[in-house]
Amino acid sequence: MTRPPKKTTGPAPSPRRPKKEATPVVAAPVIAAAADAQLEETWADAPGFWGWLTTVDHKRIARRYLVTAFIFFLLAGLAAVAMRLQLSKPENTLLSPARYNELFTIHGSTMMFIFAVPIMEAVTVFLIPLMVGARALAFPRLNAYSYWVYLAGALTLWIGFILNVGPDIGWFAYTPLSGPEYSAGHRADIWAQMITFTEIAALAVAVNLMATILKMRAPGMTLSRMPLFAWSTLVTSLMTIFALPAVMLASSLLMSDRLLGTHFYNAAEGGDHILYQHLFWFFGHPEVYIIFLPGLGFVSMITATFSRRPVFGHIVMVLALISIGFLAFGLWVHHMFATGLPRLGNSFYTAASMAIALPSGVQIFCWIATIWSGRPVFKTPLLWVIGFIVTFVIGGLSGVMVASVPLDLQLHDTYFVVAHFHYVLIGGAVFPLFGAFQYWFPKFTGRMLSETLGKWHFWLFFIGFNVAFFPMHILGLMGMPRRVYTYPSGMGWERYNQIATLGGVIVVVSVLSFIVNVLTSLRRGVPAGDNPWDAPSLEWAATSPPAPYNFAHTPVISSREPLWEQREVLPIMTGLSTAEREVLVTTPVDAEPDNRQSSPDPSIWPFVAAIATTMVLIGTIFSEWALVWGAVPLTIAFSGWFWPKRPRRGAKQEPQ
Amino acid sequence: MRTNVVGDLYALPDHAFGLKSIIWWGLMGFMMIESMGFVLALGAWVYIRGLNPSWPPPPDAVPGLIPGIVVTVLFLLSEVVNRWLAAQAKKKEDDHAVRLGVTAMLVLGLAIVVARMFEFPQLHTRWDVNAYGSVVWLLMFLHTLHLITDWIDTVVLGAWLYTHEIEPSQHSEVYDNCGYWTFVVVSWLPIWFVVYIAPRVM
Amino acid sequence: MKQAASGLIALLLLCGCSGVQTPLDPAGDQAASIHTMWNVMLVVCSFFYALVIGGLLWAVVRRRREPVPEPQASAHDPGIERTLAVWTGLILAGLTLLISWSFFVDRSLAQTHDDQALHITVTGYQWWWRVEYQDGPVNQWFETANEIHLPAGRTARIKLESGDVIHSFWAPNLAGKMDLIPGRHNVLDITPRRIGVYRSQCAEFCGMQHAHMALPITVESPEAFKVWRAHQLQAAKAPTSQQEAFGKAVFETKACAFCHKIDGADAGGRTAPNLTHLASRPSLAADAIPYSRGALAGWISDPQGMKPGTKMPNVPLTSAESSAVVAYLDSLK
Repeated sequence: MTRPPKKTTGPAPSPRRPKKEATPVVAAPVIAAAADAQLEETWADAPGFWGWLTTVDHKRIARRYLVTAFIFFLLAGLAAVAMRLQLSKPENTLLSPARYNELFTIHGSTMMFIFAVPIMEAVTVFLIPLMVGARALAFPRLNAYSYWVYLAGALTLWIGFILNVGPDIGWFAYTPLSGPEYSAGHRADIWAQMITFTEIAALAVAVNLMATILKMRAPGMTLSRMPLFAWSTLVTSLMTIFALPAVMLASSLLMSDRLLGTHFYNAAEGGDHILYQHLFWFFGHPEVYIIFLPGLGFVSMITATFSRRPVFGHIVMVLALISIGFLAFGLWVHHMFATGLPRLGNSFYTAASMAIALPSGVQIFCWIATIWSGRPVFKTPLLWVIGFIVTFVIGGLSGVMVASVPLDLQLHDTYFVVAHFHYVLIGGAVFPLFGAFQYWFPKFTGRMLSETLGKWHFWLFFIGFNVAFFPMHILGLMGMPRRVYTYPSGMGWERYNQIATLGGVIVVVSVLSFIVNVLTSLRRGVPAGDNPWDAPSLEWAATSPPAPYNFAHTPVISSREPLWEQREVLPIMTGLSTAEREVLVTTPVDAEPDNRQSSPDPSIWPFVAAIATTMVLIGTIFSEWALVWGAVPLTIAFSGWFWPKRPRRGAKQEPQ
Repeated sequence: MRTNVVGDLYALPDHAFGLKSIIWWGLMGFMMIESMGFVLALGAWVYIRGLNPSWPPPPDAVPGLIPGIVVTVLFLLSEVVNRWLAAQAKKKEDDHAVRLGVTAMLVLGLAIVVARMFEFPQLHTRWDVNAYGSVVWLLMFLHTLHLITDWIDTVVLGAWLYTHEIEPSQHSEVYDNCGYWTFVVVSWLPIWFVVYIAPRVM
Repeated sequence: MKQAASGLIALLLLCGCSGVQTPLDPAGDQAASIHTMWNVMLVVCSFFYALVIGGLLWAVVRRRREPVPEPQASAHDPGIERTLAVWTGLILAGLTLLISWSFFVDRSLAQTHDDQALHITVTGYQWWWRVEYQDGPVNQWFETANEIHLPAGRTARIKLESGDVIHSFWAPNLAGKMDLIPGRHNVLDITPRRIGVYRSQCAEFCGMQHAHMALPITVESPEAFKVWRAHQLQAAKAPTSQQEAFGKAVFETKACAFCHKIDGADAGGRTAPNLTHLASRPSLAADAIPYSRGALAGWISDPQGMKPGTKMPNVPLTSAESSAVVAYLDSLK
């Protein structure tokens, strides 16, 4: 699996066309001084609020994504605390059934659509250009647009909730309960349109990342030298592109049934409720892997750095990621085993659902093997990795259990499943995410997070999470169904519900300790250098925090672990313009320099286009004509966005 | 960290076409998304078809063929012009040909949009009658949305081309727009088959 | 860590092992078959988890030589590669075992011939169950609501329909669950063996009172079942007192008869539970409230207070009318 590393750096990849004039090879610092000043100016944002509105800097946008997603994580967590308090006693009257149903709907919807995917994308959007050695993302304005659209979607849902017109149909919104006959008013439409907002944003980010990874890697960073996090991002982006249209279709057809009288899901007129479930879960299953795969990328990066060796089995790891990406699309029917589909078809999905345990199991082995054969440094990020292995594998194994059709027919829609997916989502995504925060915080902010508080955060979270969610396995096996606002006394469920509530409280304390850590470290944290962890990947060659242009010159790569291979001197290429924003475009497989592309300046158009989009999407909740009228502001906004800045016809110009 | 200069990028071209251009990859990404949308909508059609013993179910009649055929022929014609325009754009030298080509596409596109409007009444069903009507209108609506969006796109592009000097980046944009039109044409063909031919042969 | 894990597993096996609504205490063939799947799964999954935790522990506590100052690029390690091959083989073997066992258990769940089964149709509504026994000649068919009786040893083939949204029928001691989907006709086979009363609860979110949509399933000897069935076929008891007669009249002339049916009274409503033998049921309002005369009185006077959102409105009755109706209904054993 692992080969001895290439000893030589190899010939530096050369530009495609012969040089017109020889560029003198000068000692770097001399080039740096004058050029850097101009570079700063070229890549600077406008000052103040206008700069904040018009920025296209991927790092600034990633930061706002991070903060926003985290705030919604806290809100959704509070919804969960309320639910847990209601469930701590049988026949409790703390929450009315209506309110409880709204809370579990908004908890699930927020966690899935407004926290999990966006926060993974946020960290990714910050890191990827740095990790592949680029100055910017492929489409900086699209990135800005996607944030505003995401924010609009999140606000739509929560303002609806606060105004007591929020959805109460579950995060999955099955028909006919969510349909025109059984869901009055616009609650379900608010849910459906929140989906449209957040999925437009997620799709935009996915296209952006895919193009950046395939076309903007530093010279010499061939696909085989690309870090594992970039691989997980590439697979995730492609999965997003193929999975998200399904939920957009599912929710749009739901809105159409509700507002236009169509019959997609109406059995009486030739439609079918199961069609909704197929469309939803065709998205829904890949969605959880879209959340999970970036976490796997985090784990690989952290494990390598803190084991002081590259991850064992690099090629196997890449193949595992790719096969998970494919397999994830072949499992969705396992959410529908109780709907009465043909038996033989169900059995196929059992086999597929269990089969995905193989690449996951192989990855777990490789990480453990890396730690075993390395020299582990047990700082907080590595603790999160260890916590991830202990926790996620439980979730993976309970997943193998529910993959079996007959066993699922008992466990489906019980608290066993609630336990399962929290173990895989929190264990598989949130644990690595907290590890990633601790690991990359110095790069994002220039300061270290406190190790002590970090360890407190980890242990409280690990203990609290297990105390909260392990009993739910037992509750499911004791017969407690999901999505119930209360339960009868005498079933024996009280004790485990109370333990779970206690665990929830511990988790709250843990998250508070994290917030305290972040806030105090932002002010008084130990200043981090460029590479406080002595990590191997390219983002650690940039300053902490990075300059707006990331790298003054284009780094050149000749190994998978560039900063371990090239400890003293980093090879670079000069030649990108400092007078205007310019990025390097390389070839997809071998990353040979190919051409230079101008990168957009800050612009207000993404914000304007997002406003226009919001108007259309909110409008269609109330009338289909919003689509027609909304075309006008949309056209204006996108025309302004794409209007090229070139000389007018007839104006004489000196050739450049 | 010290650096060591091993090469220079200044001599690289500052514009690119097709696979070499980032914009093309972005466009590809969006076309993949939209293709997936079409594939799933066609999947919904297949699913609903499977639930209904007769197709179209009573009281619907099969859609009238003429406007659909007119639209399809116009699409195929426009694709010929489109490919010629793409080739002109790739040459990066003949501004006049590019402007002419875009104008031709605008005229053809408008004709198609008008002909498309005649298709809808000929579907002989409404979206709110039954699931058959819903899914047929869905397919037509999705495609028409793409058609109109691309046409508006071409209008804006044309307006710009006639009022500015055309640089290689803009030739590249014309080239990419041609690629998107091809997508609109290619995505129409399976929908045309499903809407007009399938009810007759099944 | 390993000890804690096995302790947790023991806890898992012990607690909840008996109960009226648990898959871990099978009282019928289907649940028993699935229970074997559970046991196999638990053993196999625990085995793999132990291996993972063991490996992780070893990796973490392993004593190493002096830490290397600079990180090494990976050395060729055939030992780890061989172990990976073994691990992969183990996973494949484990998955093959589980997939095959699962397949055979699944097949065993529906083996009965149609003509030997007891035919019942259950229709789910927000938030109650219509239960129709449609077995044998048509004059032997009858309807009840919110409870099921089954003879031990005979397979009941339950047709599942929905009158509004998606529900799910789940009696864990007896079988796995199956959804009730409007426009679709699902079937669930139950072969009960052990006599007792078990609880079934709706297992698909169906709106406001999803939490209060359950029903008791009484498994009894074939003889006892025959007796119950014959009793169900009889019309409602005629009133034996003036108050009961008045109550019957109130029931027939007020809103009650619009929704509810009582065989033997002038009440033919089909949108609410059949009340012909209401007083013989163990509970009210889809197992939300244990049956008692007081509970019945409370329910009739304020259904919205007892089960908010229920489709039964608060019908205004005078106190005399209310007591009479309660008396009449309480006589419908």
